Parts: sequence; structure tokens; C-alpha cells
Amino acid sequence: MSAHPTTKRFIANATEALADPQLQRAMTNVRSGFIDKRAAVAAKLPEFEALRDSARDIKNHALAHLDLYLEKYEANVTAAGGHVHWARTAEEARKIILGICHDAGAKTVTKGKSMISEEIALNAALEAAGIVPVETDLGEYIIQLRDEAPSHIIAPAVHLNASQVESDFRRVHTHLDAGRDLSEPVQLLTEARQVLRSKFLAADVGITGANFLVAETGSSIIVTNEGNGDLTQTLPKTHIVIASLEKIVPTLEDVSQILRVLARSATGQEMSVYTTFSTGPRRAADLDGPENYHVVILDNGRSSMLGTAFQDMLRCIRCGACMNHCPVYHAVGGHAYGWVYPGPMGAVLTPTLLGVDKAGHLPNASTFCGRCESVCPVRIPLPKMMRHWREAEFERHLSPATMRSGIKFWAFFAKRPALYRFATSLMMNVMGWLGRDKGCFSSVPLASGWTDYRDFPAPQGGTFQSRYQAHRKSTQNNGRAA
Amino acid sequence: MRLAQDKAASRAPRVGLFVTCLVDLMRPSIGFAALKLLEQAGCKVEVPSQTCCGQPGYNSGDRATARDLAEQVIRSFSHCDYVVAPSGSCAGMIKAHYPELFADDPNLAPKAQALAGKTHELISFLVDVMKVKSVDASFDGAVTYHDSCSGLRELKIKNQPRQLLGSVNGLTMVEMNESEVCCGFGGTFAVKYGEISNSIVEKKTGNISESGAPTLLAGDLGCLLNMAGKLAREGKSIEVRHVAEVLAGMTDEPPIGAPRVSAQS
Amino acid sequence: MSAREEILSTIRRSLGVTGQEKPRLDTVTERLANAPRGLTVARGQLPHEGQVALFKEQAKATLASVVDVASYQDVPAAVADYLRQNNLPAQLRIGSDPRMADLDWGKTAIELSHGPSDGNDLAGLNHAFAGVAETGTLVMTASAENPTTINFLPDHALVVVSAKDITGDYETMWSNLRAQYGKGQMPRVVNWVTGPSRSGDIEQVILLGAHGPRRVHIMVVQD
Repeated sequence: MSAHPTTKRFIANATEALADPQLQRAMTNVRSGFIDKRAAVAAKLPEFEALRDSARDIKNHALAHLDLYLEKYEANVTAAGGHVHWARTAEEARKIILGICHDAGAKTVTKGKSMISEEIALNAALEAAGIVPVETDLGEYIIQLRDEAPSHIIAPAVHLNASQVESDFRRVHTHLDAGRDLSEPVQLLTEARQVLRSKFLAADVGITGANFLVAETGSSIIVTNEGNGDLTQTLPKTHIVIASLEKIVPTLEDVSQILRVLARSATGQEMSVYTTFSTGPRRAADLDGPENYHVVILDNGRSSMLGTAFQDMLRCIRCGACMNHCPVYHAVGGHAYGWVYPGPMGAVLTPTLLGVDKAGHLPNASTFCGRCESVCPVRIPLPKMMRHWREAEFERHLSPATMRSGIKFWAFFAKRPALYRFATSLMMNVMGWLGRDKGCFSSVPLASGWTDYRDFPAPQGGTFQSRYQAHRKSTQNNGRAA
Repeated sequence: MRLAQDKAASRAPRVGLFVTCLVDLMRPSIGFAALKLLEQAGCKVEVPSQTCCGQPGYNSGDRATARDLAEQVIRSFSHCDYVVAPSGSCAGMIKAHYPELFADDPNLAPKAQALAGKTHELISFLVDVMKVKSVDASFDGAVTYHDSCSGLRELKIKNQPRQLLGSVNGLTMVEMNESEVCCGFGGTFAVKYGEISNSIVEKKTGNISESGAPTLLAGDLGCLLNMAGKLAREGKSIEVRHVAEVLAGMTDEPPIGAPRVSAQS
Repeated sequence: MSAREEILSTIRRSLGVTGQEKPRLDTVTERLANAPRGLTVARGQLPHEGQVALFKEQAKATLASVVDVASYQDVPAAVADYLRQNNLPAQLRIGSDPRMADLDWGKTAIELSHGPSDGNDLAGLNHAFAGVAETGTLVMTASAENPTTINFLPDHALVVVSAKDITGDYETMWSNLRAQYGKGQMPRVVNWVTGPSRSGDIEQVILLGAHGPRRVHIMVVQD
């Protein structure tokens, strides 16, 4: 999917999503699954808001010194016996990873959840090279069986219901008893655990993402609840970490500050179950752990975001809180956004990675309700950056002609107050009179996007400014008479 | 600013009422309700020449138009002690976004800052600045209240309307679920992405109906038009009003989206 | 230009720096050397007894089970109790941590197997480096004495933590780790474990035992 974005079809995607009853039912889980839990756990920690400031400041500091921290990080990984590879583009990253897999003689690769892997379309590249990728995060595993992309950055299968998962498991796990009971979600979990256990033990290479890279120690960090990331990186001979370059934080203390807001913002847990700090390959005396440790650092356009209006986006720690709280995301789900990153963070990031000409709908499809920014653990001003994209589109004449002429028409009057008062007073009198019987219009020219779904309330008639002038005259006259 | 406050303390503050273009065009009675509430609170109110705050252009990426209109507002309202609007969205535009709009303009930046510093949404102005604790109004029945996004998140308006509504004789407050979730209006969003907007407002009208309150109030006319339009299309007989109308005791006008003729007959 | 050089030079161009500016270099060197603790979270700032109590309370909240054990000599009996209560065979996977391997296991009927787990163990026992009271988090460090596979493969992860190794917050734990391993040095893996494995990927309902242990049982040794 990442190779073939459908971001341009956003409106058609949204229409399909809104007409999909399974999806609409699944999306109702977002509220109970995320929103209430986040609110409760944030309320339990008096320092939560101050920690958000702290997390923001740490990320800003790291970005302002990104070149230097990347160099320190690389030196420390190398000192621990690991290898760092640099990839300018998705293609370079794929080539590096395929090379490592080839050297390892890999036939199967287990994978921890990684959005960067989605961004660079790694699974397709592995398959094309004859290597079998096995997604091990439960949600990722489910969507891999369905040949789908994740619809959420931390809950990839949030768009599905248990009954859909059951039918996928029956379709794929044909070696199991066809009469088995899978009516309870826990039975689905148990089955996935059994099926994936053998895959973990058989894999030649394990690939994980990274939530953070620590410059001080050369450590990569993954945060999971299932433990799949740890089995992925502990059991095979080779562990490959793929991470985009903005994941750098200076120290263990810094990352501890940020971890305090990550899980709370993401799943409403105080801390995720597994937070793993990995530094290099197996040591001389060790009895387990990977013999080879590689880190692939991906740029893919991010270095050019520094110093621009979009630099703040590089603070993102991929918690998903913005989409969990987004009314548009709730309505259409993640797939409608048409590429790897959905919701408000995707509406900002996708145009930088694909081009605003291809992803222009995303920053426009927002009410600017601001709920995303209000929950972002690193205080990214998401609506402001979506507005920057709208400005870029307007300047480059990418925004729709009807919208542009509508704004210009409105501005023509609004910039001429006397003409505006005259014209609007006339117009509102007419409209008020037309709407007096029903109180609403059921259709309005050029506004079918509104009136296809709801009525348009009729104006009272007259404008405030004209009525106010009349009101003042009459009170002044009364004043004089008295 | 300090000077303005000192002056304001010594005499009735001079408030420029920015009614917003939606109120100007669609529902003047909200403007009169605002006028009454401000005068009751001891303000000297004037209505400078005005059109639009520039937000539609600003949010559509048309920064040049937004700046032109913002400059117009700055010129018309700079002399006032305060600028007050019966809308969190338009007050938020002036307060939160004008400084950003002129950040690179050494001439206008201080003026935009100054205007931002003295601009307030109506209800929060009454409670937070004028220290109004109660109103002299009656309203018979239960109401539910929608927290409009800009007011709630840009201006932190949450308890102020509830506090004043609590002082209205005969009124009982019933909270709906998810009162802080967007109604799906979003200005041009409601037309450009009508189908998505509809899905959002449908959830909102569901929550409104479930509250059981026969009246819906909010502080922003854009949201009110959206919710009233959806309730009308759904055939629900919930009355929709701006909170200022109830607080001013000015509920003779038919509710938003209701017929005028039958109401008068 | 190599990918590395090109990426670093794009970053520098975007930031408007050369990478040679002394104040920037000093800032980075100082930050890495001093590792400032940042904002202090009050929750764990208690006398040590309170920290131990908080650790146990928080660990239970993550659905781990917690028992007090008076001394290391009592660990074998505590493990035997747990296995019996959960109808598990008297078998245990264990590393070579001298604090546990040298105990008198012969007093119990438990059959020990040593070394990393291959995925066929129902129960495994490791010793934690520390416990963090703030969130009831166990801190496990990888070594031959405490192989990482024992933390993840057995259905039942049993963990011994010494009460004296329990800290109020993560930052204090990191200072202790640096004191033991050296500044900038890390064990191959540090695993924070906060409760048993779980997943919410099916309809956002939390279920325990996704890929890692279904149960985490913590024995807090008091001496």
C-alpha cells in the first residue's frame, strides 16, 4: 500500500469508509479503548502537563543539535560492536536491509511493529527477494493476513472486529482443527501466540523499529506490550533496527522523561509492559541474544524539514493520541488517509514525504478543532502546521478553484465595509423573508456539501449593523424628546 | 494595556462589540443580547464599522486576504479598552492568531499584539474580566451545552457559561456526553467535506438527543447553525439558541432554524 | 558524497550550522556528561520503606503478583509455593546468578534446568537489577547469569528483586546502573518489565499473555 498511495482519492476513500458498517462499529472502540483511559491516567500524575513541556523541550534540544547527537550515537553503537548504516531514501534503506538479510542467508524474517518499515514498503521488497517477512505484533499479523496496511500507528487493526479476525484465522490457519472455538477474543490471541511461537524460533533475522535512539549509550529502544519485539530481536542471529533520524534523544534521563508521557498518551497505561534498551550484539559471555546488531538510520526527507515551518513535526513520538482524539479519524478510520500515517500527524507528515500535490486533501480535511494539539505529549501545533500546508497549496494554486473564488468573492465585500453593509442588509432581508415559513432552507446553491445532509437555518432578516443603526437613531431621538 | 486597565478602572470600560459576520448576517438578536449583557455589566458599548475577522481566508491558506481583513479590524477597534465578540472562534482568531499573522511585520506586530491582549469572548469577558457572578434572567426548562472548540481549547472557556447559566431562574443544566467533541462545522470544512462533517454532527445530535434536554445552547453561531440544521433535517424538535440570548433573557425570537411565521401567529 | 555525509550536511544546512561551532559542541558534551535528571516526579520521592511499598502496590496494579520473601534462603520455598498454587510441574528454568543458583534448592522438589530458555519452559526465574517504585517496573539486565530469554519465553516469569535495589524513580536507577557498569556503558539489553505481556489489538480489549509471559510473579527479598 505504501508504494501506491491513495491520498488523492481521500474523498472517495472517506465515502467508502462511511458506508462500511463493520468499520463504523470498530471505530466506536477508539473511545473506550483510548480516550477515557488517557484522561484517567493523566489525571493521576500531577506532573503530567509539566512533563509534556519537558518532553517537548528535550526533543527540541535534540533536533537543534541533531547532527552532533547522531555522530555520538553512531560512535557509541560502533563501540558496542554494532553497525550503523545511513539511508537517504526508502530505496537505500531497503537495499541495505536486503543486503544484511542476504549476508545472513535469511529465509524468514520476524518483524516487530515499525512504521518506518511501512514507510519504506519493506515487506514487499523482502518478498520480492524471496524472503518471508512475518509480522509478530498481533495487530500487524492480522492485517498482514488480510494484505492490508495498518489503519493506526499503534493499533494497526483498530478498524477490524473480532469476527473478521476469526474468519481470517480460519482461512489461513488451515492446519488447525476446523471445529475449534474462536468465538472469544482470548481464543484468537492464544491461537496467534501458538502460531507465531514457532516463527520466532525459526527466524534468521529479526527486524524492529525504534521508539528512541540514545546518543549517550548508543542504545535503541522499543516499547511494546506484547513482548513480540523482544522475541523478534532476541532469538534470531541478526537484529536489524530501522529508525528515522529524528528518534535521537541525548541521555537515558531524557528518554525517561519522555517515556513518562508516551504510554500515558498512547494507551493510557502508566508504562508500557516492555521497554527495551538494546546496545550492540551479544557479549562474549552471553548465552543468548543476537550475534549481529545493525541500525539503519533513515532520512527520507526529514533532514530538509529542519529549519522550516514543519520542524516541530519531528518531535512526534508516534503515540497515536492525535488520531485517537480526532473526529475526522473517528469518522473515516485510518485507511481513508491513503498512506502510512493517518490522522492529524499524518495530515502534516504525509505531504512532506509524498508532496503536497499528492496529499493536499489531508491537511484540508480538518475542522481545526484543536483536540489533537491539546493531547499531543510533545505539544506539536498540528492545526497550525496543517494551515501551513493550506497556505502552501494556496500559493501554488493547488487549492480548488471554487474555494479560491469563493474566498475572493467574500473578501471583495468584506474589504469594503460600506458596500458590505449595503449588500448584506439587502440580501439578508430577502433571505430572511424567503426562509420565514420553514425557518430553514433544504438546499442552498453551491453549498450542497452542507444541504445534502442538513438544513441551512434561515437568517432572521436584516443585519445586526443595520438594525443597530436604526436602534441607535430611535434611542437618540427618544433621548432628545425626553 | 496597563494604561487601558487603569483608565477602565476609573470609568465604565469602553467595549468595542465585534458581533462577527455570522451574527451580523444570520442572527442579529445575538448581537443585541451581547449588547444588553455588556451594558448590564457596566460597559460602555460601541459598534465600530466591521465585516469579517479574516478567519475563512486564514484557514483556507489565503494569508493575504486574512491580513487585509485583520488590518481592518485592528484599525476599527484599536481605540477601545476591550474588544468583545459573542464567539470563541472569532475572538480566538484575534487573540491567538493575529499576532502570528503579523509576526514578521514590525509596524503591525505590536498593534496586533495589543489588540489580542484586550480581545475576549463575550461570556468569559463577563465572568473573568467584569466579574459578573449572576444574571437577571429566567428560562423555563432544561438546557444542554456544547463546548465549541476554539472557545474551549484556545480560550479555555468551560465553566464561565455554566456559572452564569446556573444563575438563570428556572433553568436546569443537563450535560450531554462528549460535550467537548467538535460538532463537525469547521467553517468551509462543512461544505468541502460535507459527508465527513455530517458523520461528525450526527454523533453530536445523537448526544444532544440522549441528554433529554429540549434546548441546546452554545457560544458560537457557526456550530449552532450546523447542529440546528442537522436537528431540523432529522426532524427533532430541539430548540437551538446562542447562550447570550438566554443569559440576556431575550428568547422571544424563534430559535435558530425555527419558522418565524408560525411562531408569530 | 556518502549517504552519511550527505545526511549530516543536509541537517547542518537546514539548521544553519557547520557542526564546528564550539558552543554547540560544548552544549552536547555537557549534556551527555552531566545527564541532567529533568523534572522530578513526586510520587516516588519517599523514604525507602515507602518506595518498597509503592513498588509492590504499583506492580500489583499492572497485574503482576507480588510476595515478600524474608531472605534469599527462603526463595526456593517461595518458588515452590507459586508453582504448587498454579498447578505447575516442579520444574524451573534458571540462569547462573549466584544469589539464586547457589541456594539450597534440594530442600524443595523443584527440578532446575540452567541456561537460556528454548521456549519449552513453563516457568523461569531471573534476578532483577532493580525495581522502580513509580510504576512498579522491574529492571532486568542481560547476562549469562540472567539470560534474556528467561524473561520472555516461559509462560510464568518469576523474578527476584532485592528490596534494597528498589528506587523511587527511573533516574535513580540509572545512576545506580552507571555506578555498576560505568558511565556510557550499558548491558547488552536492559529490559523494563511492567506487568505481564498483553495486547489490546482485538477490539481494543486488553488480554493478557500475548507473546511474552502470561504471568509475572515478583518476590521481594527483604534482607
